[in-house]
Amino acid sequence: MSASNWNFEPSLEATSVVKLKDKYDLFINGKWQAPQSKQYFASINPANEEELAQIAWANSADIDLAVQAARTAYQNVWSKLSGAERGRYLFRIARIMQEKAKELAVLETLDGGKPIKESRDIDIPLACNHFFYYAGWADKLTEAFPGKKASALGVAGQITPWNFPLLMLAWKVAPALACGNTVVLKPAETTSLTALKFAEICQEAGLPAGVVNIVTGYGDTGAALVAHPDVDKIAFTGSTAVGKQIQKAAIGTRKKLTLELGGKSANIILEDAPIDQAVEGVINAIFFNQGHVCCAGSRLFVQESIAERVLEKLKFRLQSIFVGNPLDKNTDIGAINSKKQLETINNYIAVGLQEGAELYQPTCVLPEKGYYVKPTLFTEVAQSSRIVQEEIFGPVLTIQTFRTLDEVIQKANNTPYGLAAGIWTDKGSRIFGLSKEINAGVVWANTYNKFDPASPFGGYKESGYGREGGIHGLSAYLQFND
Amino acid sequence: MQPNQSNSQLTSILALAPPIDQIGILERIAKIQSRSLKGAAKMQGLRMALSMIDLTTLEGKDTPAKVRQLCYKAQHLHDLSPDLPTVAAVCVYPTMVGVAKAALKNSSIKVASVSTAFPSGQAPFEVKKMDTQFALDNGADEIDMVISRGKFLSGEYAFVFDEIAAIKELCGAARLKVIFETGELDSLDQVRRISDIAIGAGADFIKTSTGKIQPAATFPVVLTMLGAIKDHFDQTGKMVGMKPAGGISTTKVALQHLLLVKEVLGEAWLSNEWYRFGASSLANDLLMQYQKQLTGKYQSANYFSID
Repeated sequence: MSASNWNFEPSLEATSVVKLKDKYDLFINGKWQAPQSKQYFASINPANEEELAQIAWANSADIDLAVQAARTAYQNVWSKLSGAERGRYLFRIARIMQEKAKELAVLETLDGGKPIKESRDIDIPLACNHFFYYAGWADKLTEAFPGKKASALGVAGQITPWNFPLLMLAWKVAPALACGNTVVLKPAETTSLTALKFAEICQEAGLPAGVVNIVTGYGDTGAALVAHPDVDKIAFTGSTAVGKQIQKAAIGTRKKLTLELGGKSANIILEDAPIDQAVEGVINAIFFNQGHVCCAGSRLFVQESIAERVLEKLKFRLQSIFVGNPLDKNTDIGAINSKKQLETINNYIAVGLQEGAELYQPTCVLPEKGYYVKPTLFTEVAQSSRIVQEEIFGPVLTIQTFRTLDEVIQKANNTPYGLAAGIWTDKGSRIFGLSKEINAGVVWANTYNKFDPASPFGGYKESGYGREGGIHGLSAYLQFND
Repeated sequence: MQPNQSNSQLTSILALAPPIDQIGILERIAKIQSRSLKGAAKMQGLRMALSMIDLTTLEGKDTPAKVRQLCYKAQHLHDLSPDLPTVAAVCVYPTMVGVAKAALKNSSIKVASVSTAFPSGQAPFEVKKMDTQFALDNGADEIDMVISRGKFLSGEYAFVFDEIAAIKELCGAARLKVIFETGELDSLDQVRRISDIAIGAGADFIKTSTGKIQPAATFPVVLTMLGAIKDHFDQTGKMVGMKPAGGISTTKVALQHLLLVKEVLGEAWLSNEWYRFGASSLANDLLMQYQKQLTGKYQSANYFSID
């Protein structure tokens, strides 16, 4: 008995667990407040292009109210609490997030298009863990920085990206609160809903009014937050282009700045690598979250002697990747976050073809509605190709070969970015040798895209500066008086 | 076979084997285990798994009557359920091959015999050959041999290679399954190494375990062996079959193994010509799930005959 065409049936996660309002106002000073701008915009489900909710579009007057609320809360309440008391709130938030994990996961998938298995198994659990982790630091700041006197900065303005909405919120809000700051957070315009859900969680946790304020909107809203004179700290995760604007705006002010920007990270397979696991690592490095990952391993370098085998295996593996409805539990690659991003990715694929690169895509069929793109491999690329140099932020991998370690070090570092890298080899000495030579904030060995609250994250060169996560992530929200 | 011949073949086989990274293996398995099978796809999976079973009895206390019962069950898994396949084979000791052969004479179900001093393999080579020849003379369609684990672990790869090659030669048209007893091997690198040696020496199937030692058919071991089969196919175009045996007793685990095959090897391997489960209690669990899918209700185990 033979069973060709053993295909999966749809296995959809139920959406009834998500409770959404039709319209969301701004969360300022512990209350929902209609925007001074009187403007709202739609949040779209990228998997089917349907509207999920209307969201307030904050202007500079709204930002001013939010910053005032944060300042008042900082002066009157939050800075007066002990570390242990702040920690207690953070633990409470973490536990409520865990209780609502399913709702948050489904909502993240609805709003952003990422596969439910990723929001369920990675985004939400990690976001909870960040709160648990920094809750533990709140009363140990003296021990974290022995011999120094650490104090909070004041009001932190935080701007998060659309690729990991709640997780990036956690990376920013948890250390800021643990260190004693208050927060004004602006989520990305395409993925505000889990941040608004987080506002409800803050209410439920009884967090004092004004400690966390969520202001939604587009780039102009973020710019108003950056420009506000009473903000002590700006933390931004997003594109390098916007990061540069923020840096310019902050020059000559007292604002402390951390930027976590783009990348074009090298994933390097040496000839002695565990090949099948390396191939799986490549899949994970570039196709995780549709390739919307700042540290995505988007440039693959394979040592010449095994290049053919690796490519053959990659192509075979692509055939068993499911692209489609993000709510399906079997989906590996979900929807591209927005129409705009889909156009960007498709444009880069066209550029790759114009540049003479060879394209490979699997035979999968994409849904008719919604924003989707097939996982894409490009071979026959040059170091000077645009698709090799520029960040695509989608499921597009360029593949180059190399002969010597010197050659791959040079090529890997030949980029304006320096966020992450992957090294695949059976030899420990090569791991240590290579990771010393590669200019990247994170170097993974025989794995990729592994995150942990205790591990710092951040880049070199145009990938930004400052570190998030771990003990390093605390100092981004503290000042030190010796 | 000249010893030098096998040695040079062996050298190239061993040189090609990639290292295996255990963490990566576990991550790949976790991805497969998060797959969700529903509806018709699940039914198809259940029928497929049933058709791939080598229904097995390997006890010192086996009797001809028990073997005959097992052979009846092999042909009539659950006559109340429609559209059920039969199992692939019945697997017994050499002394029971004749009984099984007679009981299955009107069916297409194969008779597989364990051999080469199963389960330990601790016997002189001449005895192993006689053991195999006896099973073949009694009509065995398939031979499940064990390797000499002691020789393998002490690095005498040429001995192990030659032993497999010699038994394969003896088998003629009968298909040879080579049992590694992975529970006695030390690492996944060793599992990969013996897989390459056995495939190189002519194994038609590679098989994890005897069922007498734990751990047996674990996912990491099975995935490592599938990797060797895939690489051999990519290099030569020749298919080799896979048989996990021991410890697979639930539907959930069996279906996950099939999903692993589908993604790692491809659908060409999803037939009992290339894939088998060595199992005794798995069949009834699959049948219970099958009934559950049909009727929406779990039935008591009492409604399914034990053998």
